[in-house]
Amino acid sequence: MGLEDSFDEPAFVPYLAAGDPDFDSSIEYVEALERGGADIIELGLPFSEPIAEGPTIQQAVVRSLEGGMTPERFFEFVEELDVDVPLVCMTYYNLIYQYGPEDAEPVLPFVKRAAEVGLEGFVVPDLPAEEADLLREACDDHGLDLVFIVAPTTKGERLDRIMEQVSGYVYVQARLGVTGARADVSDQTEESLARLEQYDVPKAVGFGISSGEQAADVVAAGADGVIVGSALVDIVAEGHEEDEPTEETAAKLESLARELKEGALAGAQRRPRPEGT
Amino acid sequence: MSKSDTKFGDYGGQYVPEALMPAIEELTDAYERYVLDNEDGFMDEFRERIRDFGGRPTPLQRADQLSERYDTEVYLKREDLLHGGAHKLNNALGQVLLAKYMGKERIIAETGAGQHGTATAMAAAHLDMPCEIYMGRRDINRQRPNVFRMRINGAEVNPVDIGRGTLKEAISETMRDWATTVETTHYVIGSVVGPAPFPAMVRDFQSVISEEARRQSEEQFGDLPGAVVACAGGGSNTMGAFAEFIDDEDVDLYAVEAGGSSLTVDEEEGVAPHSASLSTGEEGVLHGARTKLLQDTHGQIMESHSVSSGLDYSGVGPELAYLVDEGRVIPKNVGDESALEAFHRLSQDEGIIPALETAHAFGFLEDVAGPDGDGSVDLPETVVVNVSGRGDKDLEAVIEETDKRELENAPTMEVFE
Repeated sequence: MGLEDSFDEPAFVPYLAAGDPDFDSSIEYVEALERGGADIIELGLPFSEPIAEGPTIQQAVVRSLEGGMTPERFFEFVEELDVDVPLVCMTYYNLIYQYGPEDAEPVLPFVKRAAEVGLEGFVVPDLPAEEADLLREACDDHGLDLVFIVAPTTKGERLDRIMEQVSGYVYVQARLGVTGARADVSDQTEESLARLEQYDVPKAVGFGISSGEQAADVVAAGADGVIVGSALVDIVAEGHEEDEPTEETAAKLESLARELKEGALAGAQRRPRPEGT
Repeated sequence: MSKSDTKFGDYGGQYVPEALMPAIEELTDAYERYVLDNEDGFMDEFRERIRDFGGRPTPLQRADQLSERYDTEVYLKREDLLHGGAHKLNNALGQVLLAKYMGKERIIAETGAGQHGTATAMAAAHLDMPCEIYMGRRDINRQRPNVFRMRINGAEVNPVDIGRGTLKEAISETMRDWATTVETTHYVIGSVVGPAPFPAMVRDFQSVISEEARRQSEEQFGDLPGAVVACAGGGSNTMGAFAEFIDDEDVDLYAVEAGGSSLTVDEEEGVAPHSASLSTGEEGVLHGARTKLLQDTHGQIMESHSVSSGLDYSGVGPELAYLVDEGRVIPKNVGDESALEAFHRLSQDEGIIPALETAHAFGFLEDVAGPDGDGSVDLPETVVVNVSGRGDKDLEAVIEETDKRELENAPTMEVFE
């Protein structure tokens, strides 16, 4: 088994930074996402220099780090979660590289520990396919998937190189830039999906999706799933700023999650039917 | 196999978001064709412009008072006399010109002390390219004259409020801009840091410093210097001053980092009171390269500190990290106070007001060979010190920092009523 199995129907893949704004609330928020229909959950392990993230997730990173999040605490977080869907760790390479005793092989202790707590894969935004051999091998040894991001600028040989390395699903970046909720979903998405058509791996589209309607559009355009981060993190941020009770914020997250999952399912209905059926 | 250096031992590499990778491949191709192979006469044009617009060659000047003080022949490579007042123009002009050859329409850059921002703004104005500069809010407050110089040259200055508001945050923010605009924009990285090909390319543009220093040494004193001393933040003036001497094993190469207020680290606070990543850093990955970094045990990057905003960075160029491991480059560090004293000494003794970055290189001479020096380094007969930049931009910071301390050699900073 692997992450691929979660894409039998259009999948909803939410992201939250683990420990944002604090450990206990964050546990409840992640569990709320599963109740809302999440098929896979991407959990951010915060890094101090998140160069691929827009302002929303940067602030989540700051809140989580200030709350004392560390790689070890992150693994405890995963252990404490009561969810059945697969969990993917999204983090930057330096944290994976540094984890473990000084004389240990780099990368291995992190992957081993991740497998132990039941994580099923990684997304590492600052690790291009060219530098990924170490992590790829360690993931293979421990039965974990390694998800790669494909950008609108990724074409030709680069695309082949990435598709050789990818497993689980490919993260299709809907538009250039950094993460963040947007009002529109770029037409770069359709072009990217068309380029990826020949590759037999689930395609999940992220960057900028914030509503059920957008989720439906993306799936109708051919995506196998939608990834949503900033729109959900916004709810956490607002709840934190307004001093909202945890259950209230959790309910809002659950409700947006449901909208997004239903949007993804509705999008599948709008797909052009294959010829001959 | 690529013609350019992408790795220096295990250091270097390309650790960036996927959206940037095609741009980095495009840049690598352009670097190899234009810079390494001089296609379309690129390097000829660069050399002509850095001579006529930039004012090269810069002199190699004997420092009479310092030579006497340290009982050795001290020569100064006067990059402070380059147009803009710092070595930074070598690289900025090279990259903006390269961007033009590549058909890019827009220039972005980050800056710490503002010297790189100023040089990029000047180069962009000279070559008629629109330019935006990212600068940490804290650095903007520390380096106002350079902020105005950038604006006067027509660049837009974007303040960065994240984190502590210094160079580290400005680099992250410029990378975010680049990830959004990569198809039309070139990011002029200001030092020998970042993903390949930047470290090698910036070194090549800066190596004009050591190329001249080597020739001038032979002309002026008939030999190579026994040592070359340069301050090191990211390391662009350092690599520029060292590059052409790397194979001359008899030439000692000293990279002088900011020792800040102390070399001990407050892990709890996540702050290093220094910027000595070559002397104290651990291997890791930041801003596109594997290199020596100031980081905590979990791999989170620590804030650095230096009285000089130009050295205030948690990382360092990967090639320097490699040369230190190989034993070719000797890392040293000098604290805030020694640097300030050296700033005043050079100003009084030689009539040269150095950048605070540069003052660290002179602080090293004093620390080892001054009247109270620890004698830990036996200086050779001739020493070339790279005067990486002039200190006009630092005056506000120097006045404030001098006021806070009792420095033996500082003039009064009181203003006449």
